[in-house]
Amino acid sequence: MPPAREIPSTAADKLFIFALAAIGGVYVTLIAGMLLADGAYVLEASSRVPGGWLEKITANPVLQSLGKPEIQHAIWLTLFSCTAAAVLSLVVAVPSAYILTRTRFPLRRWVDAALDIPVVLPPLVVGLSLLILFQFPPFSTEFGNLFPFLPDSCHGSSLGRLVVYQVPAVILAQFAVAGAFASRIMKTSFDQISPRCEQVALTLGCSRLQAFVRVVLPEARRGMMTAFTMAWARSLGEFGPLLIFAGATRNKTEVLSTTVFLEMSIGNIEAAVAVSLLMVFAAAAVLVAARAWGSPGGIP
Amino acid sequence: MGLTRGDPVIAVRDLCLNAGDFSLRHINLDIPEGAYGVLMGSTGCGKTTLIECIAGLSMPSSGHILLGGREVTTISPSHRGIGYVPQDGALFPSLTVSQQLGFALEIRRTPRARITEKVEALADTLRLSHLLHRLPDKLSGGEKQRVALGRALAFDPQYLLLDEPLAALDEQTREEMILLLKKVQRSTGVTALHVTHHPLEAARLGDILYRWSHGSVELTTEKGLS
Repeated sequence: MPPAREIPSTAADKLFIFALAAIGGVYVTLIAGMLLADGAYVLEASSRVPGGWLEKITANPVLQSLGKPEIQHAIWLTLFSCTAAAVLSLVVAVPSAYILTRTRFPLRRWVDAALDIPVVLPPLVVGLSLLILFQFPPFSTEFGNLFPFLPDSCHGSSLGRLVVYQVPAVILAQFAVAGAFASRIMKTSFDQISPRCEQVALTLGCSRLQAFVRVVLPEARRGMMTAFTMAWARSLGEFGPLLIFAGATRNKTEVLSTTVFLEMSIGNIEAAVAVSLLMVFAAAAVLVAARAWGSPGGIP
Repeated sequence: MGLTRGDPVIAVRDLCLNAGDFSLRHINLDIPEGAYGVLMGSTGCGKTTLIECIAGLSMPSSGHILLGGREVTTISPSHRGIGYVPQDGALFPSLTVSQQLGFALEIRRTPRARITEKVEALADTLRLSHLLHRLPDKLSGGEKQRVALGRALAFDPQYLLLDEPLAALDEQTREEMILLLKKVQRSTGVTALHVTHHPLEAARLGDILYRWSHGSVELTTEKGLS
């Protein structure tokens, strides 16, 4: 089918469209400029390296910094924690969004609004609130008091000690914010699915669970993939809650976002830029995947 | 051949419902066993809400719904044994025609061979045999409604509710569907309630005809019922 022809427009219409494009263009230029500047910084570092193009790549101080053991550790921990946080986000987002979309209960609007709290709260406050939460029972209660049947060696520990400033705190801090994003995406997805098919499934003999599994979930597949990828991307960029709740201990709770902070704080801009570029590529890959899964015909 | 008028199989007694901008007030309706009942009324009068109440998808504020003499007003839709064909078909987007036709039987854990046999028989009756592997978005309006009808009839329900199933069809397809509906209802003996705003459709299909008028349902015609 040929593309729709444009509506004939006057000079004033054209000026209006041009003004809108110019304002939007400034922002797009800013985004492109930031990314290009990172790339230019790496190229500039390459130009300072003597020798041929192979040396310029292999001996580039920016790219070399990615091989440092602590950064390698951060890369692997980031991949693991972001994936774990995204899986947890989806596990929470699907049921909560479904309940909010398909059922009516007292305080429903308040619960709906509460899901937005992690999105609007300052990130440091999320981290601080998590830290404070783990000072209270049952998180602070020693296992010996909770489960007397456990071996004596476990008695002195507590859930708080196992989580705070440890790897689980990284995942929990990322999940605390990413879960809200995933819930919002899933709610939009369920809102767009007509309840009619589910109702028909009930008349055909399905229980609510069967209708959900056989009819709703297959329809929500795209939304779930988008929610997963967006939760993953959000976890990748999380920093504030991590700093407070998980700390920034090298080779322990350091993820890529904390690497940028740690390298900048010791004046190692090359390593910070290298890690930033790596995160740009990861985020871009996730965005492309989300677009591809989110639209019926693939990447628009 | 005239139908024998027995006890009403689909019976609505003094049904009331408040649904925001409109309400149903003291609705009474009886469809005898094996009859094709048609309820005619203008758009927006509450026909769909009444059908939803009978199917168990809306809860009335008062009154009773009886199926075969059994009170079902508070029973879950999955336990009412009603075949339901909504206006838009509401086919499951990710299932093929064959999977839609076998859906109710799969839920009932019917053996695979029996499901295949039933799906083939339904596809043959409803002229869907060449479409069994298609997804709903590749079907025409008439084909979608035939699939929705087949899906509702697959588990041999005693009761069939049709909510304006022919509303979105062109004249020729509508005519074909009227003949098909009549044939299927006669061969299965299912007790049907069909709501429509189309007088011709009502006259062609209905053994028993109700008209929605001034907020109440009035019996207007009983054809061939003794």
